[in-house]
Amino acid sequence: MNNWSWSYIGEIMPEILKGLWITIQATIYGSLVSFALGLVWAMALRSRSRWVTWPVSVFVEFVRNTPLLVQLFFLFFVLPGWGLTFAPLTTGVIGLGLHYSTYTSEVYRAGIDGVPPGQWEAATALNLPRRRTWIAVILPQAFRRVVPALGNYVIAMFKDTPLLAGITVADMLFQANSISATTFDYLEPITVVGILFVVISYPTSLLLRALERRLVR
Amino acid sequence: MSADNTPSNETTPSADGGTSRTESGGTELIRFDHVTKRFGTNTVLDSLDFTVSSGKHVTLIGPSGSGKTTILRLLMTLLKPDEGTIKVGGAYLTHEEKGGKLVPAGEKHIREVRKNIGMVFQQFNLFPNMKVLRNITEAPVHVLGMGKDAAEERARELLDLVGLTEHLDKYPTQLSGGQQQRVAIARALAMRPQVLLLDEVTSALDPELVAGVLDVLRDIAHTTDITMLCVTHEMNFARDISDDVLMFDAGRVIESGSPEKIFTEPEHERTREFLSAVL
Repeated sequence: MNNWSWSYIGEIMPEILKGLWITIQATIYGSLVSFALGLVWAMALRSRSRWVTWPVSVFVEFVRNTPLLVQLFFLFFVLPGWGLTFAPLTTGVIGLGLHYSTYTSEVYRAGIDGVPPGQWEAATALNLPRRRTWIAVILPQAFRRVVPALGNYVIAMFKDTPLLAGITVADMLFQANSISATTFDYLEPITVVGILFVVISYPTSLLLRALERRLVR
Repeated sequence: MSADNTPSNETTPSADGGTSRTESGGTELIRFDHVTKRFGTNTVLDSLDFTVSSGKHVTLIGPSGSGKTTILRLLMTLLKPDEGTIKVGGAYLTHEEKGGKLVPAGEKHIREVRKNIGMVFQQFNLFPNMKVLRNITEAPVHVLGMGKDAAEERARELLDLVGLTEHLDKYPTQLSGGQQQRVAIARALAMRPQVLLLDEVTSALDPELVAGVLDVLRDIAHTTDITMLCVTHEMNFARDISDDVLMFDAGRVIESGSPEKIFTEPEHERTREFLSAVL
């Protein structure tokens, strides 16, 4: 069993923090992609045309029911063969965003369904155009309801970012792994990574709960 | 407004189903022709015919489930009739004529005819994400294309009319039910509709708040030429503002006439039973 070494941690910390910054970027950009795409899916699934709802629902189910790592490998190793090549981090952001968008779309759906029918009726009675009804009436009310659930997916995504190490994104786990591969000392790097995940996820989830209490009145 | 002031015949269920009987004056504004509405196997309106003349205040009374609210919801295009046609201001509401045939109307046509109609709901249905002022200006700006300043000016006038000027900067949830309903009335009037539909507008209110809302509506009824179609259980209010009262039962108008006639000497046994139960 290795002995715990604080000085070793001091040495490896800069590399790990570099990895943390990549992890945070992947989470933030991945979240934004998932928020935007999820809304697109949710709106598309409400379309009156089957030509829209059918392909979208097949796609959403497909993505939701295949593992994220498989999707990342597909984006990273298969797409370049078809001439589509992205940097590792970009690929990771697309993969995370796409994967989680299939969950956020469900969150949006519930949020939109939660807006009372009377709001649609009032919008109709005022002759508001459909687009305006969505933008000014329905979505602002739905967003209040979805913020807590979206936040939970951000935390889940944050904890899924180590999968990006599999496509050579230099995230925290990738950094810890590279350090360990040269020093053959896994205890400190991997432990530090685990602790950093807790240190960030837990306060974030507390913050979300506070936000939830404020928003859902 | 009609030049002639003898309203009692103007709102007449026409049993023959075709000809409008507005012979005592006033232009016909609303016309139901053989309108049937079913929910599942339950026929709520059964080949209903009636007309309302411009500027009249018409109250629909009758036991719950008799189809009164359904009429308002059909007029507001929140429901579509299963059979029959509805005309507002001479134009078909949910149909349009194409190549000499009546076909279900497209969104554009419906929006055009619907411009003439406003509605106040039992549950107010104010937009909780907007302050009072924007609740009122939202549609004038985005539907009528009014400038923001002009819309706000008009909203202030309307808030003055309903006695809520000091609350324009509040959110609906910060107001009492009665105040919310008065905002909803102002919001509907801001669109300058020809017809105002009032769907049990005091039913969700605490008893002490009812009078304030009814006073506002009385004021509007007596000072404007807006046509009102009103579903209410407030019989004194109905008697006070109505030119005509229609008594509904099981999806049909069984009796109609001036409030004096309906409330003091109803002809139909069902009307007598209903009125003795609610008065």
